Amino acid sequence: MVLIKETDYGTPARHSDHLVTLEIDGKEVTVPEGTSVMRASVQAGVNVPKLCSTDSLEPFGSCRLCLVEVEGRRGTPASCHTPVEPGMKVTTQSDKLAKLRRGVMELYISDHPLDCLTCPANGDCELQDMAGAVGLREVRYGYDGENHLHEEKDESNPYFTFDPSKCIVCSRCVRACEEVQGTFALTVKGRGFESKISPGDVLFMESECVSCGACVQACPTATLTEKSIIEMGQPEHSVITTCAYCGVGCTFKAEMQGNEVVRMVPFKDGKANHGHSCVKGRFAWGYTSHKDRILNPMVRAKITDPWQEVTWEQAIAHVASEFKRLQKEYGPDSIGGITSSRCTNEETFLVQKLVRAAFGNNNVDTCARVCHSPTGYGLKTTLGTSAGTNDFDSVDQADVIMVIGANPTDAHPVFASHMKRRLRAGARLIVGDPRKIDLVKLPHVQADYYLPLLPGTNVAVINAMAHVVVTEGLVDEEYVRERCDLAAFSRWAEFISDERHSPEAVEEITGVPAETLRGAARLYATGGNAAIYYGLGVTEHSQGSTMVMGMANLAMATGNIGKEGTGVNPLRGQNNVQGSCDMGSFPHEFSGYRHVSDDSVRAIFEEAWAVGLQGEPGLRIPNMFDAAVEGTFKGLYIQGEDVVQSDPNTKHVTAGMAAMECVVVQDLFLNETASYAHVFLPGSTFLEKDGTFTNAERRLGRVRKVLPPKNGYADWEITMLISNAMGYEMNYGHPSEIMDEIARLTPTFTGVSYEKLDRLGSLQWPCNDNAPEGTPVMHKGGFVRGKGLFMITEFVATDERTNDRFPLLLTTGRILTQYNVGAQTRRTANEVWHEEDVLEIHPWDAENRGISDGDLVALSSRAGETTLHARISERMQPGVVYTTFHHPGTAVNVITTEFADWATDCPEYKVTAVQVRRTSKPSEWQQHYNELREKTTHISAEAKA
Amino acid sequence: MVHNANQIALFFAAYPHDEAVAGVANHLRMYWVPRMRRQIIEYVAHGGEGLHPIAVEAVKRLPAPVVR
Repeated sequence: MVLIKETDYGTPARHSDHLVTLEIDGKEVTVPEGTSVMRASVQAGVNVPKLCSTDSLEPFGSCRLCLVEVEGRRGTPASCHTPVEPGMKVTTQSDKLAKLRRGVMELYISDHPLDCLTCPANGDCELQDMAGAVGLREVRYGYDGENHLHEEKDESNPYFTFDPSKCIVCSRCVRACEEVQGTFALTVKGRGFESKISPGDVLFMESECVSCGACVQACPTATLTEKSIIEMGQPEHSVITTCAYCGVGCTFKAEMQGNEVVRMVPFKDGKANHGHSCVKGRFAWGYTSHKDRILNPMVRAKITDPWQEVTWEQAIAHVASEFKRLQKEYGPDSIGGITSSRCTNEETFLVQKLVRAAFGNNNVDTCARVCHSPTGYGLKTTLGTSAGTNDFDSVDQADVIMVIGANPTDAHPVFASHMKRRLRAGARLIVGDPRKIDLVKLPHVQADYYLPLLPGTNVAVINAMAHVVVTEGLVDEEYVRERCDLAAFSRWAEFISDERHSPEAVEEITGVPAETLRGAARLYATGGNAAIYYGLGVTEHSQGSTMVMGMANLAMATGNIGKEGTGVNPLRGQNNVQGSCDMGSFPHEFSGYRHVSDDSVRAIFEEAWAVGLQGEPGLRIPNMFDAAVEGTFKGLYIQGEDVVQSDPNTKHVTAGMAAMECVVVQDLFLNETASYAHVFLPGSTFLEKDGTFTNAERRLGRVRKVLPPKNGYADWEITMLISNAMGYEMNYGHPSEIMDEIARLTPTFTGVSYEKLDRLGSLQWPCNDNAPEGTPVMHKGGFVRGKGLFMITEFVATDERTNDRFPLLLTTGRILTQYNVGAQTRRTANEVWHEEDVLEIHPWDAENRGISDGDLVALSSRAGETTLHARISERMQPGVVYTTFHHPGTAVNVITTEFADWATDCPEYKVTAVQVRRTSKPSEWQQHYNELREKTTHISAEAKA
Repeated sequence: MVHNANQIALFFAAYPHDEAVAGVANHLRMYWVPRMRRQIIEYVAHGGEGLHPIAVEAVKRLPAPVVR
């Protein structure tokens, strides 16, 4: 195993059909027009010395190390800033150049600590390398002059230090923050000798810095260094893998010393992230070795008993015996399984196979039920495939970007940076959200139209936009005529043209001024390539599926599907939401979205699995809890999902959990769901197993094992053990064999294999004979379903209404530094940014209730009550409050209700009528919770010994 | 159950009557477990109080499910 070091070409790639041939040090090289001489040199195998250049950033030309000579030209131009020209003859080494470069290096080193042997960057320092490359042997100026060697370190950030004494003011960090991340937190303060990198005259932790790590990565010295490097030293090998956090699915290098992770560095060739990262993927991996991890299986008879540690054999035998007993006593449909989008494709495929083949029913579901199930329903109905249409890179060709019900700078930060680059380059922006999210106004980014819609009114808004398109003659008639079902279009056009859908008619319902909405619709329809990006603010509503169909209608009507720069693009919450859906984890369908009632499809699986399969849909997650309360559902295998913290109406969920006789939780930690478990099977982290994740753009990326599972088994092996103990044999030697089976059984995956993934890096399904290397943009030339189907999307107001008792609307979401239920990020230093969930409330609503910033407040709904601290925020609109669900002590889902999407049962997390008042004590639920956790997480000391 | 069936009916109510009834029936067949279908069939048999008329018609079209 080796330490992977990507080639740094010095300046970014240029794309042009015009090629230019030139000569560098006598070597001929041909590159696209616009390429720098520096980049062309590297391509020719000639490394020109450099310090201020790196290929993730535009050239800057400050260090003067990369000077070259060009035949027929005067002077020594900087190769980073000199574009190639046909026939150019470049010399990169000469006595003159060597002297100039040594002079530059002398100046740098005269003001740099000479502590290379004890410096954390020793072995990974470009300044050190360049001193060697230019043959620096002396510093004629000495080291006694004025210098910066005693500048104070800033160690405020938990993950990296800023040591200005080592800084050469090359501005790579400043430019990375601007160009790569788009936050503009850093600047060069002062001029000349006084020039200093500054996060704005405050410590890093007090600045606008979002800790994405781009500056650390760009730094050519030890000025910005990961604390893990300072503590452990340089890594000796690295493994390419995929991040275990959000649906962007960034590719990382896990840089290792033996079996210890030293750091995670975003991989430049990662096609989803192109070498960028966020604070979670880059730094928040410490949970993988956190002391809270459970590493031995445990069982107990009652949930109030202490846990008893047992052997794996005992645990698996107990699970199989209990599940068999339950099926014998209560029937074959009395048990089921749930997976998480935190599981790999192979794991989720195996769990659904376990349920269908070994349990003999279809009671399997996955956590996409509570996030993006409406995406699957809506896009399959209208377009023919349950997946987003375009790849992330497609945003580079978008002229209009519409972000609705998504907060990408917090929830999908790496894609947000990509999007912001496109916006800074001139794309227009429409934002629809009840909260004034960051994207509405950022440095060099400002929404052209901000639609401050009220929670629950998405469908009215999208219908009004479509109304404008149809009634103002903005339909792309040629596109519709060629590609869509014309009868359905005509019916829809008549429906949507009705005056009741006009922006003026719905203004009172939506809260969006009619003129603003008309302007947004006109821009979307006429501004060139228009792309919709959306998140859970679309799906988690009683009309989530209707809204997805409404967006597909709008995109089809304006010809904005099936080409780069357009599309209807879901931003998936977790890393493998798309994959878990693809793998047949829903109770009604096999992998590849084929219904269980289809005899021909079922026959394929029956033959492959050598077992008869059920042709009726199984229980969805909420149905499981209902059936458990009712007494017909008795046993549940849960892999990686914390339903008690994440699912709505906690009281109902816990009533269902408590009513079951055998709950098996397979996870890293004793999460909230484990409080109701009878068996705990310790799981493995993404660093400890092989597999694949499929990101929001349908891209399969490899998860690679970088260290052995601390718990003894990878998760897929544990599922296999259960299946074998249940009497249904599974014998996979490696997850690649599971993927081979998926490929054999799933038409959209027939071309997928680990060999191909290793060769190409990643693949976007459909990947089959028609598209052997995958499909970045779907529906090109025609829709998967044939003709695009316009659906009638009548706005139906949610039954969750405000009244005198509950006059405010609560909407919930997430923030940058925490992830989902927080099980991972709460066990990292990310806690310093968000140690508790807080309630954001508009100043008017706060004042009316006598609430000051920081007050403890009671938040109550028809479902329950909790307490948390208030944060007064003008980004809220009056009448709407917001919080996150990252902390179990807040238990925000005690408040949310069971109202759900009509088609998929996806909960309506985004609309809950609530009241807020000052309080001085925790809610009854929170007091009960603390007692329950105390009782249900106790591990018998005797057994441990 | 009744609430969800009514939500489904309200979506399909925007379509012509026969299409709406067929849409609801198909949805129930495709996504509801047999036990739930049996429960709603029994509910309609006992009067179907509070159910949207389209849902009532759709439920009447459902074949009796086999519940294990």
